[in-house]
Amino acid sequence: MPKMTYRDAVRAGLREALSRDPRVFLMGEDVGRYGGAFKVSYGLLDEFGPERIRDTPLSESTFVGAGIGAALGGMRPIVEIMTVNFSLLALDQIVNNAATLRHMSGGQLSVPLVVRMATGGGRQLAAQHSHSLEGWFAHVPGIKIVVPAVPADAKSLLLAAVADPDPVLVFEHAALYGVEGEVEDEAGPGEIGRALVRRPGDAVSLVTYGGSLAKVLQAADELATEGIEAEVIDLRTLRPLDIETVLSSVRKTHRALIVDEGWRTLSFAAEVSALIMESAFYDLDGPVARVCSAEVPTPYARHMEEAALPQAATVVRTVKDMLGHDG
Amino acid sequence: MPILTADMSAGTLVAWHKQAGDAVKRGESVALVETDKGLIDVEIFVAGVIEKLLVEPGTTVPTGTPLAIVREAGGIAAAAGVAAAPPPAPRVAPPPVRPAVGSGRLKISPLARKLAADLGIDPGSVRGTGPGGVIRREDIEAAAAARSAGAPRTGLDRQGRLRQAIGAAMARSKREIPHYYLSHTIDMHRATAWLADENLQRPVTDRLLYGVLLIKAVALSLREVPELNAVWRGPEALPSEGVHIGVAISLRGGGLVAPALHDADRRSVTDLMRGLRDLVKRARGGGLKSSELSEPTITVTSLGEQGVESVLGVIFPPQVAIVGFGKLVERPWSVEGRIVSRPVITATLSADHRVSDGHRGSVFLDALDRRLQEPAAL
Repeated sequence: MPKMTYRDAVRAGLREALSRDPRVFLMGEDVGRYGGAFKVSYGLLDEFGPERIRDTPLSESTFVGAGIGAALGGMRPIVEIMTVNFSLLALDQIVNNAATLRHMSGGQLSVPLVVRMATGGGRQLAAQHSHSLEGWFAHVPGIKIVVPAVPADAKSLLLAAVADPDPVLVFEHAALYGVEGEVEDEAGPGEIGRALVRRPGDAVSLVTYGGSLAKVLQAADELATEGIEAEVIDLRTLRPLDIETVLSSVRKTHRALIVDEGWRTLSFAAEVSALIMESAFYDLDGPVARVCSAEVPTPYARHMEEAALPQAATVVRTVKDMLGHDG
Repeated sequence: MPILTADMSAGTLVAWHKQAGDAVKRGESVALVETDKGLIDVEIFVAGVIEKLLVEPGTTVPTGTPLAIVREAGGIAAAAGVAAAPPPAPRVAPPPVRPAVGSGRLKISPLARKLAADLGIDPGSVRGTGPGGVIRREDIEAAAAARSAGAPRTGLDRQGRLRQAIGAAMARSKREIPHYYLSHTIDMHRATAWLADENLQRPVTDRLLYGVLLIKAVALSLREVPELNAVWRGPEALPSEGVHIGVAISLRGGGLVAPALHDADRRSVTDLMRGLRDLVKRARGGGLKSSELSEPTITVTSLGEQGVESVLGVIFPPQVAIVGFGKLVERPWSVEGRIVSRPVITATLSADHRVSDGHRGSVFLDALDRRLQEPAAL
């Protein structure tokens, strides 16, 4: 299987979607001539032309709204928002229009819109660009939230999002763009709403997604050197959430730790924790734990930023505390 | 199924003395149960009419399992061995749960609690090893493994099982109870002289053994140091209302039981003597009652005439003290500067240091000595 970076995998997905369906087009800030703020769409303008790779003004509300209109008109728009922080300028379009139109029209309208955006910290881009707000969007019925953590998912879940008849938000963790992984050429669309066990284990279930997956897998490897076999679950989709995969793991390990780069209060981790409590209470051998970001605007200084975000060492320490291990 | 012996986790219902529809009185024997310590008559603690028998003879069930439903006078149905349920519909109440430790609830994970219920383990008796002392799955599993290690195994006869049961109770005692030991030699010449005189006036069948004087003297002395007459529940001892003295009785094939002489402080020595003879007979021949096995509040052990001069007993949980007597021996004794020969006995106290201190223990042995110098008042 060929190896490629997460960035190239997203581009491969975009190229496949653009090639397969003439209704698909990409628009957003600097996606055309500049090749995208994260260089995801680099080269696509030459390949597909300015009709289908469209630079937009710096107005998230406008171009997301235009995407909703195009989707209502029968197109398959893919809208790129530079980072999740800026997506708040389009919150009205996403929450009040995209998410509601099928419901409010009694099923007559469909909004097959894809909104891609970078999320998360770890690259010293400070409080302007580094937050993880996918948990906010996951609160809203009517939209789907996918959070690919590996290059293969970045491509296959993007294709699934394009194929979906309803609005799908794709959150690409900014720290992942340079990460390499195996991606099948002919894999086709993935399945939205299905979590995966990335590493089997029996001591504790580590539930995570997106940019935290690699850190959690690293923590699991460290724990394994001390005889603690952690099971790692990659949620891959926050809405609809595949809680069954989480529950069946917890029923095996009897302990769960959720690792989520969002702030702790009202985090997505809180939702997963509540669902585990509701459905697997009598399987729990200890309280569900969370490792989330510190409740501060993401700091710029490297050491401060590292301290604010979930890290593998924090996961290792928390798991040991849960199990009552020393050290 | 009541807990009839320490660490009993299950019992076999051998026979019903009553059937559905029979009226029962409080304290009446209703069923015969086989335990590690032999066949025990189970007494009922409510009066009423047996509505339904729930367990077939020959069945082994965990302790806490309802054996029968009794409709109390007034129409309230209760499951024997468990608390009464409210009217109108007869209902089986859940098995009794040991009170939570201290003022707070038991610290136990949901999984461990469920597992404990499934395995018939009392979580209150399990020590938690999780963070902050929480009881977790592995603690319950360890308790279950320990129980099955101590439970009847096929191929073991009653004798072997009795040995195991004693071993389990004594191991638990030595593991959990910080014992302290005191010893005191008591001049018995007044007691033996009074006894010889008294027995001359009694018919042979009513003659007293000095052992019964010791039991009565222990019972009365406990009034002065009541903290020794208690049962351990969680982090503290609950003082007992009555003085029910467990009398260690050795069995012919080996092993021992210690059934209770109830209210020993309030009964005459004559009555206690009859009670003691009856207990010894039934302990060796079968027919001890459930209350006799489960209710002692302190134990007295005496090695008797064949024994040695002193015995330091191991406390029988959940009691908090055991009093030991060696054999009565003639020894040189100093009285007002002269050496005389006196019958003396060495009394020992093994007590739980969580509940009492050596000072209180010595007050008890001192009281015991004083009372044995006034045998007529016993």
